[in-house]
Parts: sequence; structure tokens; C-alpha cells
Amino acid sequence: MRGPKAFATAILLSLLAAAVPVKAQTPPVEGIQIGLSTDNVSITAGFSGADLTIFGSLENPDPLVARQGRYDVIVVLEGPPRPVVVRRKDRVLGVWVNLESETFENVPMSYSVATTRPLQDITEPNSYKQLSLGASNLYMQPADAGDNPATIEEFTAALRSRKTATGLYSENVGGVQFLSQNLFRATVRLAPNVPVGTHKARAFLFKSGVFIKESSAQLEIRKSGFEQSIFRVAHNYSFLYGVFAISLAMLTGWLGRVIFRKD
Amino acid sequence: MGIYLPIAEISVNVFVLLAMGAAVGFLSGMFGVGGGFLITPLLIFYNIPPAIAVATGANQVIASSFSGVLSHMKRGTLDFKLGGVLLAGGIVGSTGGIFVFAFLRRLGQLDLFISLLYVVLLGTVGGLMLVESVNALRATRSGAAPVLKKSGQHNWIHRLPLKMRFRASKLFVSVIPVLGLGAGIGFLSSIMGVGGGFIMVPALIYLLKVPTNVVIGTSLFQIIFTSAYTTLVHATTNQTVDVVLAFLLMAGGVAGAQYGAKAGQRLRGEQLRALLALLVLAVAIRLAIDLFVTPPNLYSLTATGLN
Repeated sequence: MRGPKAFATAILLSLLAAAVPVKAQTPPVEGIQIGLSTDNVSITAGFSGADLTIFGSLENPDPLVARQGRYDVIVVLEGPPRPVVVRRKDRVLGVWVNLESETFENVPMSYSVATTRPLQDITEPNSYKQLSLGASNLYMQPADAGDNPATIEEFTAALRSRKTATGLYSENVGGVQFLSQNLFRATVRLAPNVPVGTHKARAFLFKSGVFIKESSAQLEIRKSGFEQSIFRVAHNYSFLYGVFAISLAMLTGWLGRVIFRKD
Repeated sequence: MGIYLPIAEISVNVFVLLAMGAAVGFLSGMFGVGGGFLITPLLIFYNIPPAIAVATGANQVIASSFSGVLSHMKRGTLDFKLGGVLLAGGIVGSTGGIFVFAFLRRLGQLDLFISLLYVVLLGTVGGLMLVESVNALRATRSGAAPVLKKSGQHNWIHRLPLKMRFRASKLFVSVIPVLGLGAGIGFLSSIMGVGGGFIMVPALIYLLKVPTNVVIGTSLFQIIFTSAYTTLVHATTNQTVDVVLAFLLMAGGVAGAQYGAKAGQRLRGEQLRALLALLVLAVAIRLAIDLFVTPPNLYSLTATGLN
């Protein structure tokens, strides 16, 4: 009995909305869009880190909410996921040895966050957990879920802190700025050691602390230049590369003797 | 001037590496050793990942050994047959070493194993050399004629079967210890990134009684091939050979070696050996300290899957 009634109401509402959109009772649902000026970024060997700017817009923002600054946006640039082994050193007979380890699946190699305000001011810790949003809330999936939860927690924390220490996980509070009521600009940091591969840019919209919508785009980061060609050859034609390395050494040895010969 | 190493994936200073190559080349010219046992630890101290330092060290050793062999070939101080048998053993040992290397790397124990091996080997060789050379220095100072140890004409090694004649070395000896020595050196070469001259030379002199004049040429000859093989296998299985890094070290090395050889002619044999012993011990102690000092980060991350 309820089904058809609800259906009828929905039709009525949509008819009303179509007829008089401005005066509709239900406020239009806000949306978010982001755009990247390019879908691939080439970084050279001497890359020492950079800021990446992402533009985006809100769809159908409520002017009142916008004026009160109750819209918040979080933009994340997530690196390609990889399995990661975290190892802990312990003392054995005075020597520091890698003993315990924990493997995590699908760990983003990098994770840069830009926000309108400090994370704790935007929404509840629980909703971050649900969205797996923010370096400290990112869910790290252990390869062996049967491990001791305390150990998993310890190694998860270590993984996050090492990633943060190397600049791969970063947070840029105030990195998202509204340029107008519905246009915003996000600045995320690319670390000098940013991994190559497919990165995912995601934007999260919050209204008065409630998550509304997410939008995403893809970005390819590749390294270019002489050094990268060497890297590719070393991995794709490793035998030839080895032969080349040996020949280079012999040539250098021979040249050294020709140039500096004493006998 | 900074340069980005494509395989090590870090930025380093060109001049530091050239100077490092030149300094080690100088020492290797002075003492007549390949210098691999100095290059690899120095690279590790310079924050190059140990796996890359080892494979690149092996590559660098080829250059200095090749340059040395050319002059020994000209002087005829090289036993190709003995070198060939050593080499046959070397290939086997090196292959085994590569597997151990890849296995330890997966376990996360490679860095520790390399350091331990260095500390033990350098500590032993350095210690023995120091004792020997200090005794020799004392003997010459007190005026006594240096007593050459009467080499027992027949030790246990000379009683082994499968004897073979090596004409250039005036030697008739079983191939078992020769193959074994080659294999041992090959194993160390692939795990430590050394040519192994600092073990090979004393072993050939004291164990096999090879005449001193053909020892260095022959040792260098087999080191070229063992390190070439090691380089090739590291390049194909672990992708850890960095040619840019190796080239910088070689370029500094071949230049430094010539000046080192000149400087070496002005010092006496036992003084040289005492200095080399001190140097070897210093490297061993520095590596040993790192094993015991609390590391700044107890946790380390390794991304697996794609390398």
C-alpha cells in the first residue's frame, strides 16, 4: 500500500519542481565537481616537490549556508595502491634486527589532503572513519586479518607515521579556498618522492558537518627524462642493461689505462 | 652539483661520488686491491640502499680489475688456466649467492646480513693483517732479518685427489680447493659486492702456494668475470645495478688508481699492509657501531609487488 503512494508523491513533487523550481519545498541537492587542467603530469628527475592546484565547483549551493561558511570541502590526492610490509626492529644480543612484520594490502603510496578548515572542525571522527578519509583515518587492510588486533593497530600507526615523516602523507589545512559562492580552489602537495602511476583526486562536500557528496577525477603522474629511460630499460630489458653495464665498466677500465698508462 | 640516480631513486652530489671513487681508486692503486670492500660500505654510509650498493659495487669492480689485468697480461704475470678453474667455481658460488641475496631481501634481513658479513670478514682480515704487519715492522726495526716462514712443501691441500698441472704458476695441485676457493669468492662477490681480492690473494699465496708474481694478475682476471656475472645476474633478477652511480665511481676510480700506484711505490711493503689493515678495521668498526646503535626509526616500510 505504501509503495504506490510514495511513488505518486514523488511524481507530484517532481512535477511541482519542474513547474516552479525556485519555490520548490525541498531544497535542491548540492553537488560537487572537480576538474583537472590536465590528466597527466610529467615530473623530471630533479623534481623537488610541487603544489598541484585543483579547481572545483559546488552545484546548487544554498546561498544562506554558503554565506555562513557552513560548506566544507576536503580534497584528497591519493597515490596508486600497493601492498606494503611494515617491519619493526628489535634488539637481539645487542644488535638491531628486523623481527616482527605486518603486511598491508592496497596502501596508497601517497595521500595528500587539502581542507577548508582543520579536520576536527568539519565533522565527527566517526564519519571520517566511515568515509576512510584523512591520513589518520585511512583504513589499512591487513593481509592477514587473523593477526593480533593490538599488533595490527601498532603497525598501522607506524605505517602512517613513517608515511607522514617522509612527506608522502600530508595535510594542508586551509588548502581549499572558496573563490566565490560556488567556485573553490584546492592546493595539494606533491612530495619530491611522489610515486608514479595513476593518482585519484577526490573531493568531499560537507554541509554543516554532514557528508553530502563526493566527486573524483584521475591523474597520471609519470617521470620523464634521461633517468627515467634508464629506469625503464633496467626493468624491461634487464639482460641487455646488465650487458651494457659490464661493457661500460670494461670500456672505462680500458680508457683509464690508455689515458694514464705507465708501462 | 646534484644528480638523480635512476635506480637508487635518490639525488646525490656528483662531486662526492667522484671523490669517493677517486679516494678508493687511490687506495686500490696503492695497495693493489680492487676496492669493492671499501666502495660498498661507503655507499651504504652515503644512504644508498644496501641492495643497490652491492650490485653497483660489483659493477664498479669490473672497471678497476679490467684495467689491472691489461697491464698484467702485458707483463705475462697471469695464469689463464688457474684463473679459468677459479672462475668455474666462481660462477657456481655467485649463482648461489644471488639466490641467498634475493631470499634475504624478501625476508627483510638483507641489510643486516650484508653488514654482519662485512663486520666479520673485514674484522678478521684486517686484524690478521695488522698483527702480521706490526710483527714485520718490529722485526725490521730490531734489525733481525725477516724470517720467511718455511712453507711446508706438502700441507693437507696437496694430498687431495684430482690433481691438475698449472704451468704458468709452476703448480701441481688438486682442483678441489681451487674450485672451492673460486666458489667462496663468487658467493661473497654476489652478496657483498666485492671482487674478493682481499681474500683471494692471501688464499692463493698461503693455501695454494701460487708464486706471488702471478697471484694478483690471476686474481684480477677471475674477479673480472665473477663480478661481470654477478652484475648481470643482479641486473636481471633484482634490477639493482645503477649505471649512473657505477660510472661516476669508475671515472673517479680509474684516475685515482694511477696516483695511488705511484704513492704506493714510495712506501715499504709492511707499512702499506699496516695502513691497509687499519683502514679495513676502521670500516669494520664503523659498520659494527651501526648494528648496535639504536636506529632513529624502528619501523621500516617496504612496498612489494611492482619493484
